[in-house]
Amino acid sequence: MISFGHALAFAGALFVLGLTCVLLHRQILMILIGVEIMLNGASLVFVAASAYWRQVDGQVFVILLMAITAAEVAVALAMVVYLWRRKRTLVADEFNRMRG
Amino acid sequence: MATVLFYILGFTMLAATLLCITRRNPVHAVIYLVAGLFALALMFYLLGAPLVAAWQVIVYAGAIMVLFLFIIMMLGLAPQDVPEGPGWQRWGPLALLSSSIMICTLLLIFQDPMAGQQIDDFYLAPQVLGEALFSRYALAVEIVSFQLLFATIGAYMLGRPLPKDEDQ
Repeated sequence: MISFGHALAFAGALFVLGLTCVLLHRQILMILIGVEIMLNGASLVFVAASAYWRQVDGQVFVILLMAITAAEVAVALAMVVYLWRRKRTLVADEFNRMRG
Repeated sequence: MATVLFYILGFTMLAATLLCITRRNPVHAVIYLVAGLFALALMFYLLGAPLVAAWQVIVYAGAIMVLFLFIIMMLGLAPQDVPEGPGWQRWGPLALLSSSIMICTLLLIFQDPMAGQQIDDFYLAPQVLGEALFSRYALAVEIVSFQLLFATIGAYMLGRPLPKDEDQ
C-alpha cells in the first residue's frame, strides 16, 4: 500500500529540485530542463490523486499536460536557436537589452 | 512488493534528478534526466496508469529529451563554452533554501502525517482512459491540438533567417 502523502512528498521534492535548477543555472538550456522537472512533479501529483480518488480525470490531464509540454518545448528550443544565432551565447544574463 | 518498488523508484528518481541539476555539461544533464524520467514512468505504472507510463517513455524520454540533445549537438555546445558556475555568494542562500525544503520533504516521508490515507490497488485500463479523453474531454483535446498548431507556426516564425542589420 502506497501512502498518498508519500507520493505527494516525492512530487514536492521533484518540484523543488526543478526550481533549484531554474534558479541555479545561467544557461538557458539548463533553465528549460528545470522547467521540465517541475512539470514532471506536477504530473506525479495528478497521477497519484487519480489513483487515490479512483477517477480518470487526473490521468487525462497528465496526457494533456504532455501535449502542452511538447508545444512549449518546441517554441522554447526554437527560441534557443534564435538567441544562439543572435549573440552566439546561451547565458541568460547576456540578454539584458530590449533592443539588441 | 509494489510498495517497496515505489520507494526504490522514488529515491532513484530524486537521485538522478539531483545529479541532473548539478551537471554543468548539458548533455550529461539530459542523460541523467532521461534516467529520472524512466523511474518516474515506472512510478506512474505502479500508481495504476499504464498508458501514461508508456507515453512518458515515448513522448518525454523519446521525443522531448531527444529534441534537447538534438539542439545541444546542433549548436555544438562544447563543455568549454559553458560558463563558470556562480560563486558561493550567489548559490549559497539558494542551496540553503532548497536543502531546507528537501529536508522537510524527507521528514514528511518518514513521519507521514497522512499515514491512514493509503492508495488502494488501482488500475485504469487504457480503453477507459481513451473513452474519457475523446468523449468528456473532447473539447480539451481540440484546444490542445490548436495549441500544437500554434507552436508549430511560432517555431517556424522564430526559425526564419535573421535580417541582415540584426545579424551580429
